[in-house]
Amino acid sequence: MAFMTIAGRAPHPRALLLLSFAGAVLFFGGWHLLVATGAVSAQTLPSPVTVLATAWRLAFEPFAGHTLLEHILASLGRFAMGFLLAAAIGVPLGLAMGRFPLLDDIVSPIFEALRFIAPLAWVPFAALWFGTGIGGPVMVIFAGAFPPCLINAYRGAKLVELRLVEAAQTLGAGGLRIMAEVLLPGALPSIVAGLRVSAGLAWQSLVGAELIVASAGIGYVMVQAQSNLAPAIVMAGMLSVGAIGLAIDVALRRAERLVRARWGQT
Amino acid sequence: MHGLPAAQAVSDGAGRSAAGRNGPRLLVAGSRRFRIGIASLAGTLALWWLLTSLTGLIGPHRFPAPAEFWAAFVQIAVDGYAGGTLLTQAWHSTRLVIMGFLVAIATGVPLGLVMGISHRAEALLNPAFLLVRPIPPLAWIPLAIVWLGLGDAAKILVIWFAAFVPSVINTWTGVRSVDRTLIEAARVHGASELRLLREVVIPGSLPMMFTGLRLSLQASWTTLVAAELVGAFFGLGRVLDAAYRDINPPMIAVAMLAVGVLGALTTRLVAVAERRLTPWRS
Repeated sequence: MAFMTIAGRAPHPRALLLLSFAGAVLFFGGWHLLVATGAVSAQTLPSPVTVLATAWRLAFEPFAGHTLLEHILASLGRFAMGFLLAAAIGVPLGLAMGRFPLLDDIVSPIFEALRFIAPLAWVPFAALWFGTGIGGPVMVIFAGAFPPCLINAYRGAKLVELRLVEAAQTLGAGGLRIMAEVLLPGALPSIVAGLRVSAGLAWQSLVGAELIVASAGIGYVMVQAQSNLAPAIVMAGMLSVGAIGLAIDVALRRAERLVRARWGQT
Repeated sequence: MHGLPAAQAVSDGAGRSAAGRNGPRLLVAGSRRFRIGIASLAGTLALWWLLTSLTGLIGPHRFPAPAEFWAAFVQIAVDGYAGGTLLTQAWHSTRLVIMGFLVAIATGVPLGLVMGISHRAEALLNPAFLLVRPIPPLAWIPLAIVWLGLGDAAKILVIWFAAFVPSVINTWTGVRSVDRTLIEAARVHGASELRLLREVVIPGSLPMMFTGLRLSLQASWTTLVAAELVGAFFGLGRVLDAAYRDINPPMIAVAMLAVGVLGALTTRLVAVAERRLTPWRS
């Protein structure tokens, strides 16, 4: 039997589904057994059941000052601020750079130099400048979310046919109108793709920033649980971080599909 | 379900490495673009000097003046800061990134190959992978510290998590993107499974794999800096943290610059390896 199935006939879908089910059972079952039999201490690795139960308990019971839901809301608020700020500055700047080569030549070297600094490395300055409450984390999120916004708007604007821009110019449209009515719709599919990447990075940066400096939020919960040596709470935090990140990604993926259907050429 | 990771890998690769590959136009020394770029960077430096040293609009407790920055650089380069000189701290961080990255490649690429090659293996492993994938690497830091403490082992574990997922996904997508006609042609000509793997599947998926490695490496650096900021005894992130606690903006700036330069250098290293290993692409 050929072990490579990429070129041969794919196995029956029902067989694959059964295998997936077996995989899930093996994973969770193995994890649970590892703890239940005492091979790994529950102090080190809590069982999946304990993690879920802990997440449920924390949803109503305050930990590190608030319930898990309140922490999540605090995180989402910061995420929204940083992400929207990055989009509000990055997208217009990227479009303008795509339109005006001089601006492109001026901004690109600075942008390229700054881009190599990991977003999380901004944490000390962010905390020093804007405090550890809301401003600091928002700046770190901004640092994570900004580059994809700018790059994709720039590439999108470059993809817009010059003829369209020139036609609009001939018809007497000003610079701002060209940006809003020609470049923006043309670049929209690329921009939305950039926003999705940027949201993922923003969410990650947020978690990182909250691990280091914050007094509330999901990252703060995890770091507090870490100092209390409570792995069940840490893992409940990881579960929420993963779930919310996934939800954000799914929502933006849907938006991307809608935009592509409405404005995309492909 | 099969299409999901592919779309993710492709758009991530395009989105993040875009500026590096097809963003800026070619830089030629002496061209107009080059001259404007130099002028722009020089203008930024002049503005920095103007706002800090000359007018004092930005106080030394917010951002360092050029002279302070230089003094901090000399201090950490010669006398050391937070337990080591710049070179030893940077080497410590770089070594951790390399180790974690290598462990991730050694585990992630084979897993990606297996999941790409066999639909059955994919079906079996996918549930566990789908659960782990949405968790950002940074979110593993507290758990790694609970398990392994503040030393090097925890850092390597975290880097491994960070670099593992992109290397699996991109290898897997890479294998699936190999032209099926090529595989069938090789089969028709009697290539054994092993030869097929070595001479068709792996070379065909190398470009995608390298996209994954580049993303992995970036993720490794970001994660290491974060892990060292959360808690460490040594390394550039530790310097950053110590400088923050001492309210020493010049040292923060030096450490940030060092992180950026090292990140850029290692990324360049992967690009060189990519050119060497996939000579047919350029």
